[in-house]
Amino acid sequence: MAKVLMKGNEAIAEASIRAGGLYYFGYPITPQNEVAEYLSRRMPEVGGTFLQVESEVAVSNMLYGAAGAGVRCWTTSSSPGISLMMEALSYIAAAELPCVIVNIMRTGPGLGGILPSQGDYRQAVKGGGHGDYRSIVYAPASLQEAVELMPLAFDRADRYRTPVLVLGDGMIGQMMEPVEFREHEFPPLPPKDWATDGCKGRKPNVVNSLYLDPVKEEELNRKLVAKYEEIARKEMKSDEYGTDKPYRVLLVAYGTTARICRTAIARLAEEGIGVALFRPITLFPFPAARLKELSRPAEFLLSVEMSTGQMVEDIELAVRCRKPVHFYGRQGGLVPTPEEVVDEVKRLLAGAKGGAA
Amino acid sequence: MQAEVVFAGFGGQGVMLAGKLLAETGMVLGKEVVWLPSYGPEMRGGTANCTVIVGDEPIASPIVRNPRDVAVMNRPSLDKFCPLMRPVGVAVVNKSLITVDPDRDDITVVNVPANQIAIEAGTGRAANMVMLGAYVGATDIVPFEALVEQVKHQFVKKAKLIPVNVKCLEEGYRLGQKKRA
Amino acid sequence: MKTIFKRPEALADFPTHYCPGCTHGITHRLIAEALDELGLRERAVGIAPVGCSVLAFNYFNFDFQQAAHGRAPALATGIKRGRPDLIAFAYQGDGDLASIGMAEIIHAANRGEKFTVIFINNAIYGMTGGQMAPTTMPGQVTTTSPFGRNVEDVGYPFRMCELLASLRTPAFIERVAVHRPKYIVKARKAIVKAFRYQAENRCFGFVECLSTCPTNWGMTPHKALDWLEENMLPYYPLRNFKDPETDENPEPAQGGGDAS
Ligand SMILES: Cc1ncc(C[n+]2csc(CCOP(=O)(O)OP(=O)(O)O)c2C)c(N)n1
Ligand code: SF4
Repeated sequence: MAKVLMKGNEAIAEASIRAGGLYYFGYPITPQNEVAEYLSRRMPEVGGTFLQVESEVAVSNMLYGAAGAGVRCWTTSSSPGISLMMEALSYIAAAELPCVIVNIMRTGPGLGGILPSQGDYRQAVKGGGHGDYRSIVYAPASLQEAVELMPLAFDRADRYRTPVLVLGDGMIGQMMEPVEFREHEFPPLPPKDWATDGCKGRKPNVVNSLYLDPVKEEELNRKLVAKYEEIARKEMKSDEYGTDKPYRVLLVAYGTTARICRTAIARLAEEGIGVALFRPITLFPFPAARLKELSRPAEFLLSVEMSTGQMVEDIELAVRCRKPVHFYGRQGGLVPTPEEVVDEVKRLLAGAKGGAA
Repeated sequence: MQAEVVFAGFGGQGVMLAGKLLAETGMVLGKEVVWLPSYGPEMRGGTANCTVIVGDEPIASPIVRNPRDVAVMNRPSLDKFCPLMRPVGVAVVNKSLITVDPDRDDITVVNVPANQIAIEAGTGRAANMVMLGAYVGATDIVPFEALVEQVKHQFVKKAKLIPVNVKCLEEGYRLGQKKRA
Repeated sequence: MKTIFKRPEALADFPTHYCPGCTHGITHRLIAEALDELGLRERAVGIAPVGCSVLAFNYFNFDFQQAAHGRAPALATGIKRGRPDLIAFAYQGDGDLASIGMAEIIHAANRGEKFTVIFINNAIYGMTGGQMAPTTMPGQVTTTSPFGRNVEDVGYPFRMCELLASLRTPAFIERVAVHRPKYIVKARKAIVKAFRYQAENRCFGFVECLSTCPTNWGMTPHKALDWLEENMLPYYPLRNFKDPETDENPEPAQGGGDAS
């Protein structure tokens, strides 16, 4: 198929339809409105369901219901709307239901603003809702990658019976890039024999997250942990840049921020300063092992984020605090520029030398 | 090679479309492209802009603080973006609405009375096409013929708008080329 | 010299960000005039919603809180239960009040909270760029109902006054319009009355203002006024639905529950 120039929000919508995500419930919020606007026209063409409903609380509980009934369902929203989905997300994880939730992040906390941000890292990666659960979290850096990750997200949701989050920022949602929709093949999935899709010829199924018996609840918690461990073993994804050449500094960044770092690295290379980039594609599971390996030759690591440094603790954990982990970030919708990253790397290098002297 | 250009003007002047057409032309030619809009409350009746990046290598940062080129359709856009340009860049300036000149001597300025030309060609709404034509004329960032094809493709369902839009592109292109010579 | 026109004290001297021809500004003025007339400005606390009027706190000259989307009636409840001497009002759009905030408004009305709600019904989501609202008219095209609102699929537009008037708790409920001077005069009276009842600690007050959104309706401001008149007035009748003065005991006790 030829490449088409599309807005990120529309590309995500189209990729999801092609991945069989034919059940969408949503509520308007900037900067992801183009998803719903696209689907309101496109879903009728493909025989899918598009429904704008009363709130994000309702949306996420519709996902619970639809996923429980065995259909591939998903939604998109942006930060304040995602917060309202945390109730159902916890229930969905507990009831082991598959669904995909895309967060086109905007600034916060509170109502914040509509410009790009990465301020929901912790909410996505560490939980967000109550209780002992996790979600797989993907973070695309380009529209092509977003289009590739959507089918993967749907597959992994079904395969592990777990909610999957896709974290983009306002730039991913609003920019246009050429995308190509490729066919994706995955191994066959287990049948959804747990779904409440009519009990003809079998015992009734129940989709539930109530466990009054402490022994049973603990069993569920342990089962979930085992699942997350399996996910951590098999599903880590990351990308690296400039690690084939000698480097003194390792930048760590995800999503669009990683692209900004790549430009900074090219500029620093022109000045003879070797810097490389590690880009987690899965934020949970965090690709810690590879990061630890890559950190060895570096004098220090620098996390670059559009937040106040929410990823730093995961990086420190990954390198077991054996290397200094610094942070550079912008907030409020201000985006770190390559120039700022260059300056920060140089400043830290100068400081490191000074410190040793 | 990588070129970045900011198309900027009032909402409704068609700067978003002009940028999109340039990006699409680049894409069809097999180049790497990104189109990044300004979005937010300021769009409502206020200023609008988009950044288009065209390059041979995969595009890293979609955000550019210092674009190489600009095409500005109103005064606030000139004031905002011309000071940010890198030296040797091209600034296409809509002289129909902007009476001042960019306060720089290290860039190439292409003056085009975009609204006048568009009105004479048949519709003031195609002033964005004059700007786009002039930009391509001054930079040869994409072959002109490919751009014309893309514009025809854009208006395929409103075929009667094609001649006036192409005319505007051509007029702009001519002015841009003159600056090159 | 006699001053015949001046800015109400309760209105700030601050240019609004509303689109040309938007009626939000008219309603702001009516609220300010009502508070001035009743001498309530210094006790007033407004609550700004999430919607085009999210910046309302800039346009009034008294205290304000800004609420999460749809939750203004909950904030108002908190304010009034904490400080009954204050005069609280929630200013809410149709997406804010009749969609995401449906639970908060119904429960506040049912509890008979002594605050005032100014409900701006413009049949669309303005701020987010023209999506379908719970009050969008049947067949009306929006960015998420590109083939027109299909009532078979998403139901009919909510008539909030009628819905709230069905609650037994006493209240002041009236629907007005702000698209022509003669309607604006009536709208002003209703808003004054709602605030007066609050000041007298009488009842919950709800004034629905039929409004325009020329930008997202895709019309000139003038055309939008006509569109409101032709399309919204027949579906959303302008009248008073409840008034503690005229119906002190609105509904006779019905059998069953009322065993006393
Ligand atoms: C939880 C949450 N969901 C969605 C939004 C996005 N949002 C902002 S304004 C708005 C609706 C505005 O429409 P309306 O209430 O009708 O007011 P209007 O803008 O038309 O005055 C929405 C959905 C948000 N800010 N928070
Ligand atoms: S978008 Fe509509 S409601 Fe909002 S300010 Fe503009 S006209 Fe008014």
